[in-house]
Parts: sequence; C-alpha cells; structure tokens
Amino acid sequence: MKQIVIISGKGGTGKTVITGAFAALAEYKVMADCDVDAADLHLLLNPKIKNSHTFRGGITAFTHKELCEGCGACRAVCRFEAVREDFTIDPISCEGCAFCHFVCPQNAIEMKVNTSGKWFVSDTRFGPLVHAKLGIAEENSGKLVSLVRQKAKEIAEEKNYKWVIIDGSPGIGCPVIASITGVDCAVIVVEPTLSGLHDAERVVGVTKHFNVPVKVIINKYDLNCGMTEKIERWFKDKNIQILGKVVFNKAVVKSVVEGKTIIEYSNNQVTKTLRNIWRLLKEELERTN
Amino acid sequence: MIISVASGKGGTGKTTVAVNLALSLNNVQLLDCDVEEPNCHIFIKPVFEHRNTVFIPIPRVDQTKCDGCGRCQEVCVYNAIAIAKKKVLIFPELCHGCGSCTHFCPHDAIKEENKEIGVVEIGEKSEIQFIYGKLHIGEMMAPPVIRAVKKHINKKRTVIIDAPPGTSCPVITAVKGTDFVILVTEPTPFGLNDLSLAVKVVRKLKIPFGVIINRSDLGNEKTDEFCTSEHIPVLMRIPFSKKIAEIYSRGDSIIEALPGYREKFQRLFAKIKKVKISQG
Amino acid sequence: MKVAISSSGTTVESEVDLRFGRCPYYIIYDTEAESFEHVENKSGQAMGGAGIQAAQMVSDMNVESLITGNIGPNAFRVLSAASIKIYSGATGKIKDAVEKFKKGEYKQVNGPDVAPHFGMGRK
Repeated sequence: MKQIVIISGKGGTGKTVITGAFAALAEYKVMADCDVDAADLHLLLNPKIKNSHTFRGGITAFTHKELCEGCGACRAVCRFEAVREDFTIDPISCEGCAFCHFVCPQNAIEMKVNTSGKWFVSDTRFGPLVHAKLGIAEENSGKLVSLVRQKAKEIAEEKNYKWVIIDGSPGIGCPVIASITGVDCAVIVVEPTLSGLHDAERVVGVTKHFNVPVKVIINKYDLNCGMTEKIERWFKDKNIQILGKVVFNKAVVKSVVEGKTIIEYSNNQVTKTLRNIWRLLKEELERTN
Repeated sequence: MIISVASGKGGTGKTTVAVNLALSLNNVQLLDCDVEEPNCHIFIKPVFEHRNTVFIPIPRVDQTKCDGCGRCQEVCVYNAIAIAKKKVLIFPELCHGCGSCTHFCPHDAIKEENKEIGVVEIGEKSEIQFIYGKLHIGEMMAPPVIRAVKKHINKKRTVIIDAPPGTSCPVITAVKGTDFVILVTEPTPFGLNDLSLAVKVVRKLKIPFGVIINRSDLGNEKTDEFCTSEHIPVLMRIPFSKKIAEIYSRGDSIIEALPGYREKFQRLFAKIKKVKISQG
Repeated sequence: MKVAISSSGTTVESEVDLRFGRCPYYIIYDTEAESFEHVENKSGQAMGGAGIQAAQMVSDMNVESLITGNIGPNAFRVLSAASIKIYSGATGKIKDAVEKFKKGEYKQVNGPDVAPHFGMGRK
C-alpha cells in the first residue's frame, strides 16, 4: 500500500484537479482531503457521508465573571493579546496555553475543550473518502490533518487497498507537514510563474527536511514556456523527476463547474497527459519497496 | 486605513491585487503576511534595508537549580516538557513560547532563550515601504512571524496587507485589527466554496469587507448570485487574460504593463473607502 | 521486574499495537508474579506530543522495559532518560510477545526507528 500526497507550496496550481484525476485513474484506493481549512475535493467526488465525528482540537480559556476580582494577573501574563480589558477572553486570539488559568488566584478562568471541527468517512463513485471541516477561525488544523491521514490509512489497510491519495494544502507550515510525513511520494504541482517556482523551492525544502521522496508536475505549462524551461532545469539540477507537463485548457474549469474530474469530463491533451503521468507514477512506486 | 487582502482559496489573485493596489497609491506600506510562501517582493522588487530575525522564547532548565519537582510539566499543556528520573526534558518544536513553565518554577531554574523561527525584511520602492516575513523551512507556526511583520504598521500611511490563503490561524492573525478586508475569489465551485468560508471568518472578526472576482469570465454565475443574496459588494471584476497570466508569470505588475489598470485600482481604493463608511 | 507492552486491547489475547505513542492501552506484565494488568493510554488524543506524554506515563509506572512496534525520537528521548530498556519490532499477540521477550528473542534498540509523526499515517 502506497501513500501519495499532492502539494504545491503556492495555492491555485491545480492540486485538487490533479487529485481528482488520480482518483479517477487509480484502482483500489482511498482518498483523503487534507486541505481542512478550505476543503474542495468533495466538490468533484460528490461524497455520501457514512459517518461523521466531532473533532476536539484544543482548549480555550473562559472567564467566569462572577468569580473574577479584577486583579489583572491574567492580562499581565498573556502573550497572545487574548485577555481583554474587562478580563474576559477573546477566543479567537487565545492559544489555549492555560497560563491565565493557572495564575488566577480566584480560579475564575476555566479551560474549555473546543469542538473545533468535524471529520467524515464517505463513499464516492471512486471509493472511500476521508475529509474534514475545520470550524471557522479555529486552530490545530495539523492535528485534524493527522487524524484524516490516520483514518484513511486504516481504511486502506482494512480493505487491502493499494493507494491512499491525499489532497494537500498550500503553504509549508504545520498542516502541510502533517500531510507529508511518512508518505511514499509527495507530488508537487507547479505553475510556470516566478511565484510558483519560488514557492515550490520552499516546499521542496520541507520535503527534504522531513525525508519525503518528491516528484513534480508542471501545470498550465504553455502560459509561459520560457518559465517552464527554467523550472524544468531547476528540478533536473536537483535530480527531481518531472512526471509530466499539462497544457492550459479552459475545459478544466468547465469540468470543475460540472463537478466532474477532468478524466470523466473530456478526452483531450490534458487527460492524455494525466493518464501518462499516473501510469509513470504508478510504475515508479510499484517498483520501489 | 489598513486594508487586508485575503481569499480562502489559494491562487485566486490576492498578491496580484495587493501588489497592484499598492503600486497605484501614494504614501503606502505593503506588508506581505503570507510568511509561509511570500511572493510580493517578486513583483515589487524593493531595495532591502533592514533584516530582523523573529524569535520565540523557549525555556532552558538550569539542572543545578532543578530538583525535578515537575511543576513545569504540570503547567505545560502542549506536552513540550517531560520529566524522566527527575530530569527535565524540553521539546522545542512543541513549545508555543507562553512562558508558563518559567513563571511557575519554584526554584527559578528556568530561563528563556530565543529560538529563531523566521525573518522580517524591510525595504523601499518608490512610494512604497515594503515589509515581508518569511517562516524558516521546517518551522510549524506562522502567527509569531506574522505578528512581527504587523508590528511595523504605520497608521499614517495607507497599509495594504497580503494575507495567506486558508481560513485558520495564520489568516486570522494577518487580518485581525485591519479596517477592511478584500476577499479575492474566482467564479468556480472551488472558489465559491472557499469564499463562503472566508466570509464567515471575516464576519466573525466583524470587519467590513467586499469581494473582487478574478478570472471573472471563467466559471459560472453562482458567485455573483452568492454575493447578491449575501449583500456583499463586488468591488471589481478582472476578466481572464492570457496576457495578464503571462505578465504575472514573469513577475511584472499589471499596472506597469497594461494601460488603464492603474486607474482601475485607484477607483477600487475610492470604492473601498465608500463601502467601509457605509458598512462601518 | 515489570515490562510494558503497547497494546490494541486489554488482555493478553490482544494484538501488540505498533505505535508506542497512540496505542489505546499498555499491558504491564510482572515477570515474577507472572501477572498482567492493563492501563489506558490517554495520549492518543493529545494535540501534540503524544509520544512524549505516553513516555512520561510509562516512565512513571516503574517498569524496567518496554516492548513495542515502533518508537519515535521524542518518546525515545524520554524513555532513555528514564533508563527504560526499549525493544521494538514486536508484532502478534501480547502473550506471544511476552514469551519471545522471556526467551531473549527481542533485541534492545539504541535509537528511534521511525520519523516523527509515525503513528499518523505511515505504513
């Protein structure tokens, strides 16, 4: 069983579209949407939720005003600007460190457990999907990502599946790190722009830091062929395999509007390239053990 | 006025809007708070003058004063402290720098040391003072670096903040305390899904906001319908253009490469001021 | 002498759970009394530092050794500081793991054998 995560560094390069394509092409797989802040994969996979669970992400301070004597010790110690002038807590700024709770001489501050999101196991036309929804303005998305990963892996092992295909999130911080640790391959989707290359370089740095094997897809490559060449050279210098280059095509947007993967929507240069990319990736991963 | 540019979905055009808006105005500060993947400097190309490192304080235990009482471990909610055979072990990558352990140690055995997690660089380009933050690769937490960037806000100038994508703590840290939020979206199901989440965040923060629809002719009408039914002002529409995509891919700004866009962004600013007054 | 074993269940018929930090239970086996007890591992629900929290709990249990599937660097650091001998690579039922341990079939490990966050998503 192999785990593949699709990441990008920069947002909007086409991770979810490509994850959808792999979902349509791979056999015996579980999908996981680890972009928990802004999950979109369900818009292509049309899941039927089989079970849902609440996610308790962390703790937040809460002042019981009737016990508060107004000494201000809480406000003096809070480093996150979460204690207001009236000694109530701003839950959005609170990082749950509990310093105020421990320091309050009246025991007026309670640490409450947050229900900060939900996670789901669903059925789709391509197989099981594990996905989640982080609550508005909540933190601890790294932990929720780890939970989604764990559940997807468990389902794959239970059903003896071959692949776990993970839609990652943009950036390089804790949710991305949680989505890449321990995978068999991180596929980076790059667009042919200076920003895209800059961000891909940073996310490659993260994969190296955590010892994760990496390969690349250049998406919408014909929007700037000169930039594409520059990107190809950069990755070749680093001995990173380029799985393929996908041409820009408005049909991709149309397929998203219709809620279909590009593989189901059309038969064109884009789908031909993606089929080749999947075939290549599959062969590479089946070879290594 | 402090304007933040956010989106929910990545890649909708936040940086394009932030950069071009900043370049169209006078007496501006542009703050790139997308500290995981900062890009504004690619387009602004400022001359950098200062560089500050960003630290978080990590506890260090003086073993000669420590008696293994375990009070530090009791007050650490992040499991960043363990006690094995009366010896204190600190795990810096889990530490949030809250200061609790240092405060509660009965033997004054803990001192805080700085751990570098990122940098802030400050530069100038014509009318713009440019400040950006960059989180070091391998570090988990963006908010302390974002807060370090925002410390440089000069309210005497018009401040534009390029926020990170998403809806969780890095975005909140960037957008909190600003006077107006521009949400940049694309008229596709992905864009709309993430826009509706971003709208909830901005409403929770109680900040006036409006929407810019980028690549406005590539998608469907549902985003417009959403904005209408939610009474959200659409501040600007930018149609898809291979020319704009190509200019962006080179790291150039639209207003410098295409005629008419400088005026469009100046009109955007005037519209924002009007909307803020009506919503505020 | 007491040995802790990471377990998926509460009895000796349960399977060894490979993940030290996030297993649901530990079975504590007393080699002299030849008795077993189980302890719930609450660290599985920890925000972060599950391995650290679990290792802290195990080191407070007065065990001399630990048998598990895999152990990450943070947990390893805590257990080593507590001078607990670590044996990894165990699989199968708890009672079989105990027999193998008594026969000396498990080798003590000198370092963590998996990367951080192993219990989250790795094969």
